[in-house]
Amino acid sequence: MNAPADAGCFHCGEPLPAQERLTVLVDGRARRVCCLGCRAATELIREAGLGDYYRFRTAAAPRPVPAGADDVWATYDRPEVHGPLLGRDGDAAIVNLLIEGLRCAACGWLIGERLGRLPGVVRASVNPATARAQVVFEPARVGLAALLRAVAALGYRPHVLGATDTLAVATRERRAALKRLAVAGFGMMQVMMIAAALYIGAVDGMDPVIREYLRAVSLLVTAPVLVYAGRPFFAGALAALRARHVGMDVPVALGIGLAFAASAWNTLRHSGDVYFDSVVMFIFLLLLGRYVEMLARHRAGSTAEALLRLVPATALRLAGDRHERVPVATLGAGERVLVPAGECFPADGVVVSGATEADEALLTGESLPVAKGAGAAVIAGALNCAAPVEIALTAVGQSTVLAGIVRLLERAQTERPRIARLADRAAAWFVSRVLVGAVLVAALWLLVDPARAFEATLAVLVVTCPCALSLATPTAITAATATLARAGLLVTRPDALEELARADTVLFDKTGTLSLGRPRLERVTADGLGRDAALAIAAALERGSAHPLAQAFDAIPAAPAAELALHPGEGIEGRVGAVRYRIGTAAFVAALAGPRPAGFDESGVHLGSAGRWLARFEIGDALRPGAAEVVRELEALGLAPCIASGDHAAAVGAAATALGIGRWQARLQPADKLALVERLRAGGARVLAVGDGVNDAPTLRAASVSLALGTGAALAQASADLVALRGALGTLPLAVRTARRTTAIIRQNLVWSAGYNLLALPAAALGWVPPWLAAVGMSASSLLVVLNALRLARRPRARPADPGRRLATRAAAAT
Amino acid sequence: MTIIFVLIPLGLALVGLALWAFFWAVGDGQFDDLESPGWSVLADDPPPEERPR
Repeated sequence: MNAPADAGCFHCGEPLPAQERLTVLVDGRARRVCCLGCRAATELIREAGLGDYYRFRTAAAPRPVPAGADDVWATYDRPEVHGPLLGRDGDAAIVNLLIEGLRCAACGWLIGERLGRLPGVVRASVNPATARAQVVFEPARVGLAALLRAVAALGYRPHVLGATDTLAVATRERRAALKRLAVAGFGMMQVMMIAAALYIGAVDGMDPVIREYLRAVSLLVTAPVLVYAGRPFFAGALAALRARHVGMDVPVALGIGLAFAASAWNTLRHSGDVYFDSVVMFIFLLLLGRYVEMLARHRAGSTAEALLRLVPATALRLAGDRHERVPVATLGAGERVLVPAGECFPADGVVVSGATEADEALLTGESLPVAKGAGAAVIAGALNCAAPVEIALTAVGQSTVLAGIVRLLERAQTERPRIARLADRAAAWFVSRVLVGAVLVAALWLLVDPARAFEATLAVLVVTCPCALSLATPTAITAATATLARAGLLVTRPDALEELARADTVLFDKTGTLSLGRPRLERVTADGLGRDAALAIAAALERGSAHPLAQAFDAIPAAPAAELALHPGEGIEGRVGAVRYRIGTAAFVAALAGPRPAGFDESGVHLGSAGRWLARFEIGDALRPGAAEVVRELEALGLAPCIASGDHAAAVGAAATALGIGRWQARLQPADKLALVERLRAGGARVLAVGDGVNDAPTLRAASVSLALGTGAALAQASADLVALRGALGTLPLAVRTARRTTAIIRQNLVWSAGYNLLALPAAALGWVPPWLAAVGMSASSLLVVLNALRLARRPRARPADPGRRLATRAAAAT
Repeated sequence: MTIIFVLIPLGLALVGLALWAFFWAVGDGQFDDLESPGWSVLADDPPPEERPR
């Protein structure tokens, strides 16, 4: 019911424009909307009798993208495009959609209703938790394009998912796990109930007929639980043995298999003890632990999935002076593509003609659209916001930046960290020793008291199952990686978290890291000429230059200049009006303007004409917003900050003073930086290097752990352990805190599980632990470890909910 | 106590029925989305004339 406040647009909640006044009548009241697209969407919803949406929604709607002249969806009606995308169910077709902008249950209801009312749609089901919709429709009566148009008209962006949707795989896996859990759970209730009767009967006496009957019923219930719910353990153990490796499934399978066999044998021969209750409880609790682990894994996986969906399915290929819609998969590097406004770039490329702005927020976190003129690189998945442009493709498919990011994410999720591999090896070592120990225990008990030999051996096998030990690290890392990914920070090497937690020195690069890397005019000292006139002349001269400092003058309206001559390393000479000017270093200007007057400092950029010094410009590099807070927070976390920069001393010193960093070094070549890192490390420091990912790659590699503030193309090549997708420093303290919590939780988990095993093993070997108690202890320790790790997956409280259109964040959080 | 020879099989049959129902529910996707169905009761039915006939 949280309708957006009156200050914003009734439909999308964005600020209202001051000049225009657009209203729409809903429920008898005039509501203000921000744009024609929102008005159309609101009217559409009202006309369709779906006004309830506004009453029940919990988040504002996405702002509809105004429909362009070109209907992007029409191409989906062509058989070669939709052929591979549709599933078949008799005469009906099935399509899976990922719907961007779907934020709450009311959105899901709205889309479901809208699609369901199209003639020819058999069924439309929308799942807001995963932002997926499945539509069953009759292709003879309604086209795929009509479905997509209907969704797009409401302001959401539909993406057609291919035939292989990993979510479907995940859903199948979750459903199978739920069924196993149910079988084990129901079986456990029955067997435990009967076990209670048997325990009481063992104390108070019981009619042997009834006792045997109850035991037979337990056998009957346990058998299907073992076969159906216990199958993953047996399959896992078999696979491990085939690979000549002792995994943690081996002792589990051995334990439950032996306990069941012995109980069944005792039931059939009408004597001895039965452990059916232990078997079913063991299976149930173990399955529960694995179910929770699976949910954490799925949550992490959906981020990469969401990113991949950014690439559109079709593109406008230019052939001669005509263009045709083709599936993106058929595009090749070197081809030319026209990208209309409002569409996503289908592949990486360079703008050939036209100029526009690209929204790369989903890829880089840059919240403002980035201007793209001729020659600028654009990346697949970014949204073309402003005007149609023609691009020449440089990379398609798997070689795009986007695919690189997704690979980074996937690598981080599949690669096992060193500590996890260690724990695994320890577990395997432990299991093989336990098996030997179990044989020893059995032999000793057979000598001492043959009647209790089986029970004690069983307890040893069950109680020492190293599940908790093996789960301790991966669950914690998975949970932490998912949390950081939601905050826009990719962990590309799982060991990184461990190193990050221990870092005590943080080495910043200045340009592009602490500062924005964009030159900015800081101070103008104009002499003789007015400030504005001096600036206009300077801008005119600098227009012809590709020097980075020239960017500082980009925003200034330039006077027309002629006869521009570039003197590399010195400056530019040119004519504005009838006067010849020089801009550049003091020495360069002095050659035209004569000796430097006292009021002009040597540093900075100077402007002069024949015999006159006109102005001096100080050009600085603006600090990133929030950089000072980040430095303070890091200091509070115990990390000593220092700056190593290639920039000149004055600029670095000013930045260091502004940020309150005491240690800084300027004018460092890449080799000097490398030496500095090595010197710091040799002195015992654990160095976290923060850079922009590309030009300081050696420094990043040499540090204990590195973070790249990547944006755009830099990301794909980043060799850093951590990559801040949004290019924001602000995530750094969060990363350090999360890393520390992760290592703390891993340590707790390892201590707990190792301590538990060390205590339980002798007790079980001595016959003090009945098998059922062993099962409880073992399962409880595994569950504790998993739940402890899941504490990391909770949203950090400090961050407010992100109101932006961050699909990746949304999908990851929703799953 | 002979009644348990009837009651326990009866109980097991009920468990089997419950399991069958649960399997059906899982297969039908009843557990895939636990949020939005709760909202659907709040939505009014569309006026009859807008329903496609």
